[in-house]
Amino acid sequence: MSITYTLTRRRALAALLTIPVAALAACGSTDTDSGAPAPTGSSAPVLDRNATLTLYNAQHDTLTKAWVEAFTAKTGIKVEIRQGSDLTMANQLAAEGASSPADVFLTENSPAMSLVENAGLFAQVDKATLAQVPAEYSPSTGNWVGIAARSTVLAYNPTKVTEAELPKSIMDLQDPKWSGKFGAAPKGADFQAIVSAMLELKGEAATKTWLAALKTGGQAHTGNSAAMKAVNAGTSTTAVIYHYYWYGDQAKTKENSNNVKLHFFGGQDPGAFVSVSGGGVLKSSKHPAEAQALLQYITGKDGQKLLADSTAFEYCVGKDVPSNPALKPLAELGAPKVDPSKLNSKKVVDLMTAAGLI
Amino acid sequence: MRRLRSLPPLRLLVPCLLIAGFAAIPLVVIVYYCFDVGWAVVEPLVFRPLIGELLANTILLCATTTTCCLTAGVALAWLVERTNLPGRGVWLALLASPLAIPAFVNSYAWISLAPELHGLWAATMITTLSYYPFVLLPVAAALRGLDPALEETGRSLGLGPARMWVRVVLPQLRPAMLGGSLLVALHLLAEFGAIEQLRYATFATAIIAQYESTFASTAANALAAVLIACCLLFITLEVLTRGRARTARLGSGAARAATPIRLGRLTAPAVAVPLTVVVLAVGVPVYSVTHWLGYTGAAGFDPSALLPVLATTAKLAALAAAVTVAAGFPLAWLSVRHRSLMTTVLERSTYLASAVPGVVVGLALVTVSIRYARPLYQTTILVVAAYVMLFLPRAMVNLRSAIGQAPPVLEEASRGLGQSAFATFRRVVVPLTAPGVLSAAALVSLAVTTELTATILLAPTGTHTLATEFWSAAAEIDYPAAAPYAVCMIVLSLPSAYLLLRQSVRGVTR
Repeated sequence: MSITYTLTRRRALAALLTIPVAALAACGSTDTDSGAPAPTGSSAPVLDRNATLTLYNAQHDTLTKAWVEAFTAKTGIKVEIRQGSDLTMANQLAAEGASSPADVFLTENSPAMSLVENAGLFAQVDKATLAQVPAEYSPSTGNWVGIAARSTVLAYNPTKVTEAELPKSIMDLQDPKWSGKFGAAPKGADFQAIVSAMLELKGEAATKTWLAALKTGGQAHTGNSAAMKAVNAGTSTTAVIYHYYWYGDQAKTKENSNNVKLHFFGGQDPGAFVSVSGGGVLKSSKHPAEAQALLQYITGKDGQKLLADSTAFEYCVGKDVPSNPALKPLAELGAPKVDPSKLNSKKVVDLMTAAGLI
Repeated sequence: MRRLRSLPPLRLLVPCLLIAGFAAIPLVVIVYYCFDVGWAVVEPLVFRPLIGELLANTILLCATTTTCCLTAGVALAWLVERTNLPGRGVWLALLASPLAIPAFVNSYAWISLAPELHGLWAATMITTLSYYPFVLLPVAAALRGLDPALEETGRSLGLGPARMWVRVVLPQLRPAMLGGSLLVALHLLAEFGAIEQLRYATFATAIIAQYESTFASTAANALAAVLIACCLLFITLEVLTRGRARTARLGSGAARAATPIRLGRLTAPAVAVPLTVVVLAVGVPVYSVTHWLGYTGAAGFDPSALLPVLATTAKLAALAAAVTVAAGFPLAWLSVRHRSLMTTVLERSTYLASAVPGVVVGLALVTVSIRYARPLYQTTILVVAAYVMLFLPRAMVNLRSAIGQAPPVLEEASRGLGQSAFATFRRVVVPLTAPGVLSAAALVSLAVTTELTATILLAPTGTHTLATEFWSAAAEIDYPAAAPYAVCMIVLSLPSAYLLLRQSVRGVTR
């Protein structure tokens, strides 16, 4: 009748079943330790084609599915995808700790990677994988690797503001003349990544003032898509978002972006910040070699080519793989140089909490 | 003597204590976190301007929406039950149909028609359009079950129509109105999807925002603690205002049906009222979903992709409904048949966890199960457990009234005639309470069909439900891809909405 009853019985049963399994596993590991000689010399480990990886995915659903399908076709290794959002999944991984069932974690922004990295849960990414991506798109620690990138933009409604009137820097939005005419989606990982770049580049005092201006004179949207829709509808003049929302909608119905244009700040401005999406292998993974192979595939030529051909409209970060030709090239964005592992998102959350934004 | 008789037997009390203890797990985790980090950390997180803003926003929205739902629910119920409105039966079914449309689908639909919608009034309108049936159905049932003899007596004693309503009809409707309002308020406290699109910040949206921020789970737990305090306030209010009045009919035989009021020349404007409500509450979402479907056409309906998701969702909803009702029944029985302060507190304690958003319950269960029940982690059992914690009170409202309407004298008669306790339960209690139990199950499965965050955190890896697929498409503002899932959610919710409607049509007469 009660679930408690069912739970306890199941638990008892599970406990009974676990004992012999654990004992067997213990025997197994002793065998390997004492008996079989460790492979020497060869660097590439033999992959277990019967392994099934568990992937915690906060990246775009469709993109990751495409990666995984191609990876399975190539290697025979199956991957189960668990879909979620950046920081909820990072918080979940932190709560799971060493017992996590996850092998690989993919995000949209770097702060979630830093959270898991700071909890000490990532294994080192293979050197060969790190070498496939320019150093600027991975943290100096090498605990995770960049898999894609997105650019900060100012979405604006050309019927409300002309191109010439647009601000030169994201910092100019705190000017009283922009009060009531700009917005952002302060909740969520995307915007917090942008603010952490601002903090790194302009310092705490400037960031504080800017956030205060956002609280008093800006519109707080619930997400980047909602922000773009508001600009499209003319209820907001401008909004700070990531570039791909616009490209994605343009490729589909255009109904949320027909009256929207994108302004790239450029000139190493904090508003030209390019946020890195990351991938990492969990220390607790039971299939570390296979997990590393998945990361190697995603950051390699084939994986990055798949990203370029997809409708995700994110930038490729792999060496010598051009991004989707619809996009303004990554090299022309004038993005500021920021080490992803230097982004202090804890401080950002404190500042945003103090500003009353979250 | 009465006191002694009402002391609950241990074989009932012990399982009830276990169930209530189980439902309280998320609360224990939240309170533990708050104590663990210490008052010095929690205090500045609770006593800051934003919390004041959120508190005001949440209470305001609850007040406005509950008032609007009460007004709309009672007025529409009166029109349908007490006047000669043409097509009364059809109207009741149409007016109940928003139950089948998830509130966030309704919200998305309105936003795409009128993107400038935002703030308190937009949130009030949209949540009212989604939730008024929670008041309409019980009030309609109560009106139908009212004995007209009471009103005739009132009239013969010289009461005018207005004073008659206030002094005779409204007191009889009070339990139905309060039960409905409590359901609306509980939904509102935890509602996230419908409100977040409207740029209106409540505790639920703020808690989700906290979990979307790095290192912020302390702040989220502090917010959740305040939200639970809000819920405590609502429950106390409902208990205090419910009173101790007896509303069951005395006397033998069946009550007559009330003579409907002739609308006469007012028929046309009277028809316009339910028509407007149906257009706003059902027409708008149906139009928007059809409009999105237009982009993809038949190609959007890939049965090989949709059917497994539909089946998973249906399975989880059915499982959760069965377990929740099974867990709720003894508690509801205890609180009705052995009514005392202790049993009321026990029953109401299960309401608290439901006031916090799924993500709070979800992460609490992550922490607890990974430490103490690792084999259960990310299994169907765990996600169903979360659904039970979240949706127990929704079942409880119906279970309690179903048990309340089953006269104990029938069970006593059955035992007196030599039937065993089990046979009495099977042959007397089950048939008498079955309709209410089905309604309770229907409410739970409606909720599970649209649940998102607990599912994401706790369901077995690779589980796709209609809600997770809808959100993942909607997050990429791919409404055409989201639309088929919205249609499936509506289709899957129709049987539950029908069950609730039928229960209301049967009314309290028996």
